[in-house]
Amino acid sequence: MAEVCSPLRPALIAGDKKPAGVTEDICRALLRPPSALWWGGFSVAFSLLLAGVAAVSYQIATGVGTWGLNTTVGWAFDITNFVFWVGIGHAGTLISAILFLFRQKWRTSVNRSAEAMTLFAVMCAGIFPIIHTGRPWLAYWLFPYPNFRGPLWINFRSPLAWDCFAISTYFLISAMFWYIGLIPDLATIRDRLQPGLRQRVFAILSFGWNGSYRVWQHYEVLYLLLAGLATPLVISVHTIVSWDFATAVIPGWHATIFPPYFVAGAIFSGIAMVLTLMIVARKAMGLEDYITHRHVDAMCKLLLLTSGIVALAYATEFFTAFYSGNTYEQFVFLNRARGPFAWAYWTMVGCNVFVPQLLWFRSVRRRLAIVFVLCILINVGMWFERFVIIVTSLHRDFLPSNWAGYQPTIVEVATLLGSFGLFFTCFLVFCRVLPVIAMGEVKAVLRHGKSHGEQA
Amino acid sequence: MNRRVLIGIFETEDAILEATEAARLRGLRIVDVFAPYAVHGLDHAMGLQRSKLPWVCLLLGLAGAAFKVWFEYWTTASDWPVNVGGKPWNSLPAFVPITFEVMVLFAGVSTVLAFFGMSRLWPGRKAVLLDGRITNDCFALVLEQDNAAFDVDEVEDFLRRHGAARVEEREQEVLR
Repeated sequence: MAEVCSPLRPALIAGDKKPAGVTEDICRALLRPPSALWWGGFSVAFSLLLAGVAAVSYQIATGVGTWGLNTTVGWAFDITNFVFWVGIGHAGTLISAILFLFRQKWRTSVNRSAEAMTLFAVMCAGIFPIIHTGRPWLAYWLFPYPNFRGPLWINFRSPLAWDCFAISTYFLISAMFWYIGLIPDLATIRDRLQPGLRQRVFAILSFGWNGSYRVWQHYEVLYLLLAGLATPLVISVHTIVSWDFATAVIPGWHATIFPPYFVAGAIFSGIAMVLTLMIVARKAMGLEDYITHRHVDAMCKLLLLTSGIVALAYATEFFTAFYSGNTYEQFVFLNRARGPFAWAYWTMVGCNVFVPQLLWFRSVRRRLAIVFVLCILINVGMWFERFVIIVTSLHRDFLPSNWAGYQPTIVEVATLLGSFGLFFTCFLVFCRVLPVIAMGEVKAVLRHGKSHGEQA
Repeated sequence: MNRRVLIGIFETEDAILEATEAARLRGLRIVDVFAPYAVHGLDHAMGLQRSKLPWVCLLLGLAGAAFKVWFEYWTTASDWPVNVGGKPWNSLPAFVPITFEVMVLFAGVSTVLAFFGMSRLWPGRKAVLLDGRITNDCFALVLEQDNAAFDVDEVEDFLRRHGAARVEEREQEVLR
């Protein structure tokens, strides 16, 4: 295969590094004591996590009545958070699997942390449907297992059962993919550490990896297979999440556009979250040579693309409602834009459609502070997207006498904050104990010692 | 059983690729090559056969999917049929999502387990390292001295000509 090496393109990894330099840089960030910044972030995240634990314990002990739900709005904050977190996770799989299949070599600098982010986001997502069942200690009823009630099996026609299988498969496959990617790096760290407890732990975790190419050969095939499996999987997961809504007959939910719309939205919010984390990690851990402007630029372009798809979906939904001639459908969409939740709708449109347009400008993409703010706004917008879809479709249903409002209680807000606490606590701990950059993969894209050059 | 091996240590990817290819063409017996990362094209240079993992993935994936279709049919239409909104007992289209998920799960988990089995990697296995720098930044080509015609000096010279930074002779236990 002919490979192209353009002298015009900047190197993927700045600073003309050699493989030993990569090991040195990544391990240095890992083995030195945590900075004050890290402790600051960790205390905030951990406090939020504790607040979340308190809120969840209280609502489990008391019941779902502690939430602001009513008979009309039966799904609100929790399902919004669930869909939001699952979506965040999808960018990790996009970067690790889909970009791998497309041979996008820039992914090597960000895939490790993006995959870790996927795992933590799916953990956060999983909490919400489980507590929403009301009796989370019976959550195993979601799986078919031989029981003494018949045996009575679960209803395999239900999208909620599909969801359960999709999310658990997704978590397992993502976890395996992430761990397989880690093994060579764990071995690298094992061989650098002085004998001691830490070295023994890494020795156990690295499975006796010794760099044999006979193993590397299978490893490469395994990685390709897992990427090939994860790619349709990630699309199926958010498709199934969208079916939770689309298979219902509620106007505003019952739409065939939902699967692609949800998948694009998920990747959009996830990339925004990856960028948020990467811009911080780059600065805090001194990884400027690894996560360069080129990486930020590439991810900004992905944001722009997915923002366009999301905008098209918003427009299509309105057009379909108008074109269907269905009064209920038309009412729901007018109610979104002009009803009591219009502020949420226009926050969503503003953050997801208008704000990302700034990324057309190269000067904006190069200013990391602006990109950081844009990413946070996009995530606010994407959270509101799910809120708008769920709450505005429910709160004014077919009978005006049923109409109701919805306001979250302090318990719901604390649970949402707690999920952010869990996410950031996990991520910060991950940054301290495991290599945030896939050393083995970065070494393979260096220019050092290769006459065939680098392919972008 | 022990065998005598000659180990060439290389510093760059280009050098190991070239030396491996040359050693294979010369008819030397390549025990293994050790590398800190997956070097593109080294499998061809070593003359390795293609990995059989894709077959495991395909067959176990299909088996998982077949099992799940049968299971969904058996539970929903045969063992304890429940009328849900008047839908047919055997709602094959509605079984598709879970069947797909279970296929991916079976294919993924079994391929990973097969990989660990084929590569003989398991938690806590003691790593047999040729050199502490292998997992960091250097490459090693291990050649077996398989017969009396193997001229150590000549092969050492050959390795150095192809860019070996260091050549060592060692006695090695045959692990598999």
